[in-house]
Amino acid sequence: MSAVHHIPPSEAILACQGLSKHFGSIRAFTDVAFQARRGEVTAVIGDNGAGKSTLIRCLVGVHVPDGGEIFFDGQPRPFANPDEARKAGIETVHQNLALIDELTVAQNLFLNREIVRRIGPFALLDRKAMKQQARAMLSRLSINMPSVSQRVRRLSGGQRQAISICRAAGSGAKVVVMDEPTAALGVQETANVEALIRRLREQAVSVILVSHNFDQVRRLSDQIWVMRAGRMVATVRSSETTGNELVALVTGAA
Amino acid sequence: MSTPEQNAPVHTAGAAEESRPSLSALLLDPSFWADWASVVGLVGLVIVFGIAQPVFLSIANLQALLLAAAILVVLSIGQTFVVATAGIDLSLAAAVMLGAIILGLVDAAGYGIFLACALAVAATSAVGFLNGVLITAGKIPDFVVTLGTLSGVTGLGLILSGGEPIMVGSTFLLRLASGSLGPFGYPVWVAIAAVIVAHIALYHTRFGVHLLATGGQVESAGALGIRTNRVKIAAYTISGFCAGIAALLLVARIGSAEPQINTSLLLNSVAAVVLGGVSLFGGRASILGPAIGALMLTALVNGLTLLSVSAFYQPLAVGAIVVLAALIMRYQK
Ligand SMILES: Nc1ncnc2c1ncn2[C@@H]1O[C@H](COP(=O)(O)OP(=O)(O)O)[C@@H](O)[C@H]1O
Ligand SMILES: [Mg+2]
Repeated sequence: MSAVHHIPPSEAILACQGLSKHFGSIRAFTDVAFQARRGEVTAVIGDNGAGKSTLIRCLVGVHVPDGGEIFFDGQPRPFANPDEARKAGIETVHQNLALIDELTVAQNLFLNREIVRRIGPFALLDRKAMKQQARAMLSRLSINMPSVSQRVRRLSGGQRQAISICRAAGSGAKVVVMDEPTAALGVQETANVEALIRRLREQAVSVILVSHNFDQVRRLSDQIWVMRAGRMVATVRSSETTGNELVALVTGAA
Repeated sequence: MSTPEQNAPVHTAGAAEESRPSLSALLLDPSFWADWASVVGLVGLVIVFGIAQPVFLSIANLQALLLAAAILVVLSIGQTFVVATAGIDLSLAAAVMLGAIILGLVDAAGYGIFLACALAVAATSAVGFLNGVLITAGKIPDFVVTLGTLSGVTGLGLILSGGEPIMVGSTFLLRLASGSLGPFGYPVWVAIAAVIVAHIALYHTRFGVHLLATGGQVESAGALGIRTNRVKIAAYTISGFCAGIAALLLVARIGSAEPQINTSLLLNSVAAVVLGGVSLFGGRASILGPAIGALMLTALVNGLTLLSVSAFYQPLAVGAIVVLAALIMRYQK
């Protein structure tokens, strides 16, 4: 098992130390250290139930961890709620927590980031501007959507995933976190998402990618962190590892 | 899971035009009828009653109908905000009673009618706020909390009033009840203003979108940074505020503050919301729908009265219509 090495704090955009989270008697993860370097694609892998999603949710303020420290941009900075994380420039594509079915595509893309016009003391939604920008965001990412005024309830799994990725990636965030973004996607859609992640990296956006797909992780990421049964057990440079080594780390056969 | 032929994003960047369904397709779609149940019902009732009893369509009767509907319209708007968050406010009619009693007591104590009205609205808003806090911070189901405040607030009203009606002989309220501007009485204008303000709040503000998001998928809304608890508390407070406005209209209408709950106001507010196409599961709402639903329920009672049907049949008719509407709602998208 490789030792969890530490990089200088100034190089880490998002990091944690000694982080733990329990749900009642269920231990989601314990004493986790993790670092994502600025401008890199950092992958987190592990079996189902290893605690990856819960770790992500703690890092971006959805859950409050039971103990430990979170650092953003070198500063101790636990986010009390997701809004603080978003305001700090972290956008997340959550697994299973994505879109509001009854709202339209445009409303979902701008949810909690609505564009308003001020009329005296009142702030009214600028729906026209949001629809226009929604179309622009979607077309920049080559996402085909018949209408941005459509409710998302009727959309397919792939289209929905595309919208939540578009929301996270299209807003100029410093850090984009994606929890299994291609799990529900077909071959072509997966290729599109991978191209998008590469493009984000070229734009110096830091990406944290949770994935099950070891080949994908080795293709896309710079650094890989491995979780097993609620522990962070290893971290390796992607260029220095093999598929077999990752399998061994994830299953604990090493 | 996903079929690539359908889902594969096409690599032509370009905004597709918005597609609108044709009128005939719209008329064949059951969900269209579900969305417009209250309008269809209202038009149906007006036609039936108009034929059966031409007096129904007289200007004087229509004006009286609108006047009688004003209180229910205001309450239905309050209920709509709560139901949009997937909640329900069972304390609405009790809050109206408490507001009326406080109005009566403050006025009788000689503090002036304006302070009396302001305190009445403040008290009912506080009841709504308390509902919201208990539901969110206390993590108690909305049903249980508002049933509890229904009972608690009723008790408070009885204690404060000693169970006796309080006469309110204010000229301000008398003018509010009987005066009119153009074709409508002042209470009707109050209801119209409430509809307009609520419609803007729901469709044209960030709060409205966050309200629907909270009612739609509360966890997803929270993960995007929406303060879903605050949104729910706001919804219940709005409901309480509407109960306060309804209390003013009620006291103005009958000239006294009665220590009695009008349970049909509560039931009809929920009925109007259902008729108005608002999803009881939250996330989907309109203001015009419930307002027209309230108008329809009032028209039903008014028409049956004109046809000399015994008042005992009115709850039966309301119940039948609401269940029918709920059945139609199953076809909603
Ligand atoms: N909200 C929750 N309540 C209770 N248990 C949870 C909750 N979220 C996750 N867990 C539990 O925490 C553990 C880790 O889950 P998760 O982080 O989703 O794993 P992964 O994303 O690696 O598959 C699992 O045992 C899961 O059942
Ligand atoms: Mg997961």
